[in-house]
Amino acid sequence: MNAIVEFRGAGYSVTRPQGSSDILRELTFTVAAGETLVLLGRSGSGKTTALKMVNRLLSPTSGEVLVEGKPTAAWDPIRLRRRIGYVIQETGLFPHFTVAENIGLVPHLEGWDEERIRSRVRELLEQMGLSSHEFAARYPRELSGGQRQRVGVARALAADPPVLLFDEPFGALDPVTRLDLQKQFLALRDALHKTAVFVTHDVREALMLGTRVGLMRNGRLELLATPREFLHAENDEARAFLAGLDWKMEADGPSQ
Amino acid sequence: MDLRSELASLTLEHFELVLVAVIVAAAISIPTGILLTRRAGMRRWVLGFANLLQTIPSLALFGFLIPVPLIGGIGKRTAIVALVLYALLPMMRNTLTGILGVDPAVRESAVAMGMTGRQVLWQVELPLAMRTILAGVRVATVTTIGTATIAAAIGGGGLGVFIFRGISTVDTTQILAGAIPAAVIALLADEGLGWLERKLSPV
Repeated sequence: MNAIVEFRGAGYSVTRPQGSSDILRELTFTVAAGETLVLLGRSGSGKTTALKMVNRLLSPTSGEVLVEGKPTAAWDPIRLRRRIGYVIQETGLFPHFTVAENIGLVPHLEGWDEERIRSRVRELLEQMGLSSHEFAARYPRELSGGQRQRVGVARALAADPPVLLFDEPFGALDPVTRLDLQKQFLALRDALHKTAVFVTHDVREALMLGTRVGLMRNGRLELLATPREFLHAENDEARAFLAGLDWKMEADGPSQ
Repeated sequence: MDLRSELASLTLEHFELVLVAVIVAAAISIPTGILLTRRAGMRRWVLGFANLLQTIPSLALFGFLIPVPLIGGIGKRTAIVALVLYALLPMMRNTLTGILGVDPAVRESAVAMGMTGRQVLWQVELPLAMRTILAGVRVATVTTIGTATIAAAIGGGGLGVFIFRGISTVDTTQILAGAIPAAVIALLADEGLGWLERKLSPV
């Protein structure tokens, strides 16, 4: 399979008064077409920084990141970003736009005609399990957290971009809503075959949603494995994450 | 001229001073405020300068400008220049605060969706900062209405003519004839612009 996203020795360091510090070191991996790569790691492991290099919100200070075979530095950033959907935890929905306007943003920027945008918005809302009749004219502040995230996902999908980026999109939701959205994500993943990079610190989510899991620690990629391989990995950091799962299972144990 | 028709013409003149001064000041300070959001290094200097202008006692500022070539002299033009200098700070500061106050997640999404810098400014930052910017316009307008009464000291006309004449002739009626309409205009402007602020603020 051909690589849609490729990190080639990508590093990122920032210069602070105390000297420069490396956020990412020598990151090398590829994301194949149609795959969902989950970057798992603790806070500060560099996973979000890596994600933001894909749509050039950040540029690597060493090495390079390629999208569809072309280094991000060689892309027109506007063209690049319109081919990449982006969903973040805080949703970043425009508070002064209605749900329909938020979802129709990129199609609008791309100059679609109004009728096509309207029907696309309707289609996406229904796909996300939201009645377009009920939600299209609402403002983000009138939605629940879960509904906002659904709209955020719909907005990212609107212009049918080949690549999607997710930065802990379900992190702020209550566990029940989160599970709903995770299931919906899986259904979409299998239906749309988009290439996705998904950042999370939740190992359960990583194993559930990823076709592969990349484990990050201190700016390095420690391990890149399928969920099944990950479960049996010897890596310390992987074991540390999995311990959280084991603990839950043990807690379930005695009552059975 | 009787008091009534003089009142009408001076009020009109006052209006003119304020309107021209606020429009010119807005045309300078709002774009400057936007520029300052992009140039953090310039903020201290530009805001410091605007702040300094505000600390000069108004009567002194009007006086200082008289000998300045081109913009100086006796009359309306000098008065308007002084009023503009006074009105810069609140609008510049509010434009800066308003735009910097936009939720970083919203700005980041806008950029990540592939909006150009110009689109982010016009479609996201300015609409979301509108309320704060208009609050700056309101403060600037209300203070300018008051300060414009001093314009009469350098021959700028306006309601200050009554006040200065009243002071020199120890005539309270004349002072009130200038002060009361100025206060009423200020209150009306405050209400009107407050209404506009609520009307135009998107959220």
